[in-house]
Amino acid sequence: MQREADTAAPKTTGPTGEPAKTRAKGADDEAAIARLRTAGLRRALGINGVRAVLVVAWLGAWELSARHWIDPFYYSMPSKIWERLVGWFTDGTSQGSIWEQISYTLQEAVAGFALGAVGGVVLGIVLGRSRFLSEVCAPFIKAANAIPRIILASLFVIWFGLGMQSKIATAFVLVFFAVFFNAFQGAREVDRNLVNNARILGAGRVQVLRTIVVPSATSWILASLHSAFGFAIIGAVVGEYSGADKGLGLLINHSQGTFDSAGIYAGMIIITVLALLAEWLLTLLEGRLLRWRPPVAGHDAAI
Amino acid sequence: MSQEASAQAPVIELAGATKRFRSARGGVHTAVRDLNLTVGPGEFVAVVGPTGCGKSTTLSLVSGLEPPSEGRALVHGRPVDGIPAGVGYMFQNDAVLPWRSVLDNVATGPRYRGASKADARAKARDWVERVGLGGFEGYYPHQLSGGMRKRVALAQTLVNEPSVLLMDEPFSALDVQTRGLMQDELLRLWSGSGAAVVFVTHDLEEALVLADRVVVMTAGPATIKSTFTVPLERPRDAEEVRLTPEFLAIYREVWESLREEVQITRERGAGRAA
Repeated sequence: MQREADTAAPKTTGPTGEPAKTRAKGADDEAAIARLRTAGLRRALGINGVRAVLVVAWLGAWELSARHWIDPFYYSMPSKIWERLVGWFTDGTSQGSIWEQISYTLQEAVAGFALGAVGGVVLGIVLGRSRFLSEVCAPFIKAANAIPRIILASLFVIWFGLGMQSKIATAFVLVFFAVFFNAFQGAREVDRNLVNNARILGAGRVQVLRTIVVPSATSWILASLHSAFGFAIIGAVVGEYSGADKGLGLLINHSQGTFDSAGIYAGMIIITVLALLAEWLLTLLEGRLLRWRPPVAGHDAAI
Repeated sequence: MSQEASAQAPVIELAGATKRFRSARGGVHTAVRDLNLTVGPGEFVAVVGPTGCGKSTTLSLVSGLEPPSEGRALVHGRPVDGIPAGVGYMFQNDAVLPWRSVLDNVATGPRYRGASKADARAKARDWVERVGLGGFEGYYPHQLSGGMRKRVALAQTLVNEPSVLLMDEPFSALDVQTRGLMQDELLRLWSGSGAAVVFVTHDLEEALVLADRVVVMTAGPATIKSTFTVPLERPRDAEEVRLTPEFLAIYREVWESLREEVQITRERGAGRAA
């Protein structure tokens, strides 16, 4: 996008007669760009280097203190956690293949996420655009939001049994509210000017909703989806924790039951990796959907 | 020209139109009162008045975005109820869609009105060309300058071929040179379109450069104070015309009327600030 804007600038003198923003690029500019690029590379290298040092220092200190001063039975240690992870992926877990557990939890999280996101977006936009409905529903939504929703997981196990459905329901409840409030706010804060302009240009109610409200709310909704997928995984794992026959939550629960602290850490790491992967996918999606947005401020670096 | 035009059936007619709003403090705020104005087909009317006097409200009454509290607003002889057919409205602030390219922004109107995507784009391409943005079809609004965004807004409005064109200080945010350029563009695109224009501005010079008739509004609650016919030949060159003696004469005459209202508004502002 940035590059597009750059090539655009010289043309602005042509048809419109308005002043161009940049002069033609000369050799000087190219040298400056090359300098900037090396500086950028060096900076990135520095940041990643410091990060690596921090991780090594942290893991090293942990390993060292677990060998000498603290009891690894309670606190475990990096080498044991690594061993457990390797064991799970090569020999399988107490509950069967690790891939089966991962896929089970992931299916629950994705299903709960999809249902919750769709539900949250639809209801958020409808209530955001209808004053009457939003005023009617406000106290109920506030009350529902105040319920400690994690506890619902126990209820869902009673309702839907030990299978996937109860976990999907827990993930759904967590995701729904996160997305709903953002979609609601996004639909409310649509620029009145844009709506009026669309009406003058001939848009009906549905067209205003589809072409103005939904795109306006998209950046709000996408922002909420980032945290929402984390919630979906939490929902699925907590659901499994309160009663399941498969899944990462069950694995962690089982590790707790056998005083296997390395197993708890190993489960945590797998879940973290899943959440980070999902986050990365969502960032890709966001970049695709919000291509029209100007690049973030402060993009111009001083040379 | 304006006499001829108003002799025909008027395109816009406001009769005793009054608009009140409930103010933030719970009182009633009268924005405009007892407006009487007719605009004939193809006539270019500029409305000038002190800042914040209710000029924009006048346009909302004609466009159907706000119904009058009292009196009547007619467009093409029919009472305004909802947005009348043939009305185009250019807002003071950018109302282009930031998530659509220039071409798709201009195609918005025809798409809303049921044109197929291909037809709408073909029409839009023609108008993008006409407002001088050829080559920029694929750009997003944030990649354009303020003047170019105004051109997009202009094309977006004109592509619907409005018979009534309402403009609410559309060029006030532009720098002086770009504004002069846009005024010329507007005159060029309007001439021969046969559209009746109501152009709201606080800039008397702009009003006189563009219009056949200038309406002066009083300090708020606004009503029409006086109307002046602008005796300048068309076609006009926006930059040149302001240097002619005729221009200076009419400017002096209208300013005489406008000055008192500006003075009143200023005194009120000073009173509020004190």
